[in-house]
Amino acid sequence: MERFDNKARRDAFGSKINRDQSPVLSYGLPWLSILLASLTPLWPIITPAPIVPPFAFLLLLSWRMLRPDIFPLWAGLPLGFWDDLFSGQPFGSAILLFSLTFIALDLIERRFPWRGFWHNWLTAALFITVYLPAAVLISGAALSLLQFSLILPQLLLSVAAFPIIMRIVALLDTIRLLRIKTIG
Amino acid sequence: MPPPNSQASGSNRKAQLGLFTGYVLAGLGALIGALLLIISLWRPETFYGLRSMASDITAPAGDVGSVGRVETRNFFESIAGYYDAGSKNAELERELAVARVRLAEARALEQENARLKAVLNLNNGEMKPVAMSRLIGSSSSSARRFAYISVGSDNGVEVGMPVTSPKGLIGRVLEVGSGTSRVLLLTDSESMVPVRRATDNVVAFAEGRADGTLRLRLINLGINPLEEGDIFVTSGAGGLFRPGVAVAMVTQLENDGAIARLLSNPAATDVVVIEPVWQSEVLEAADTALSEDVTVE
Repeated sequence: MERFDNKARRDAFGSKINRDQSPVLSYGLPWLSILLASLTPLWPIITPAPIVPPFAFLLLLSWRMLRPDIFPLWAGLPLGFWDDLFSGQPFGSAILLFSLTFIALDLIERRFPWRGFWHNWLTAALFITVYLPAAVLISGAALSLLQFSLILPQLLLSVAAFPIIMRIVALLDTIRLLRIKTIG
Repeated sequence: MPPPNSQASGSNRKAQLGLFTGYVLAGLGALIGALLLIISLWRPETFYGLRSMASDITAPAGDVGSVGRVETRNFFESIAGYYDAGSKNAELERELAVARVRLAEARALEQENARLKAVLNLNNGEMKPVAMSRLIGSSSSSARRFAYISVGSDNGVEVGMPVTSPKGLIGRVLEVGSGTSRVLLLTDSESMVPVRRATDNVVAFAEGRADGTLRLRLINLGINPLEEGDIFVTSGAGGLFRPGVAVAMVTQLENDGAIARLLSNPAATDVVVIEPVWQSEVLEAADTALSEDVTVE
């Protein structure tokens, strides 16, 4: 009898025989990664000015662009709630901004279903450019022009970091789809 | 390639309805967010309990992180130390010789100081610190400037207590959880500290600018007497901060004051000391007097 090639039974996500994707992993990992990214304020970085990119927001954009069907439209409420607990912003700011982001992304996706790397990056840059000043606006700080010039480095850093975040999310996506559940 | 989209509804009634519900729920979420935001801007203390609970739970991670921050710095410093050990040794010996002389002088001064204080019948108003802690995190991506410390009401920390480091004032406690507290840093735009020049009695307010510097606003307007390099310390006005704690150094002059750099950069701080409120009796008395007046009316 002719033997099968060993590789025929496997692909990048593991064995194809007797294994299936776990729903807990494939739906839990995106949520978990964003929730963990919200804990950035507990990182051992103490900055004199806002400089660290809003990682939870960047991850949210990346996941939503890569896999539009993972998150329900209302996901901004729980994710924003968690982010507000740690971010130092007044409570409710991330709930509002994340929810609006989900709605806006959905509308944009309906209009431009065909996308590429540059389109994604441009969309993300647009969202970040709106998100950061909006967050300053509702932060409850005494507003001045200085506040908005202060977030410029953070803005550039966030836009520059976005493709890297997107790659990390793509990596997490392959982990997410690993066949770890045994059938039968 | 168009991304997979299970939400494309087409003429499927059920899918259309699901999509509609999604939008309604997302809109509701945004509305709830907006309401909570208005409440927390109007009454900032509403959600303190919720937030302190969350940071209490996650504090161990921050604690490990802060140890990591300090230790990685030590690690790199000890490597760097090998490179210029010889010249550093010579320099240190020279410094030690000078320091011995200075120490003797300082002892003499200390004795004289004690004697003079005894003559004047002054008690030295030293404060016993409430607690010591590490800074375990900061609001590094928000426009507000908060830090988290790993002590809370279990250690006797209360709202309003000043937080200092060996180099100077850092901020004051804003929210207290059982094992963590949130600190309003001096550089937050809502923070204001009464200060005076260390050498004389030029008084000013130090306002945060959120970019790591402070704006000093002089109380007596007129000719600006400040110069670059002037050191400002807390004046003790207001009763919250004890007088004489270093705050900032003037770096740039302005019409009605100056821009000053913070002396104790929170980023370079390992351990902070939480001190009791300086004149708590006076502050309490002031509060009660006010409320009694209101009830009388």
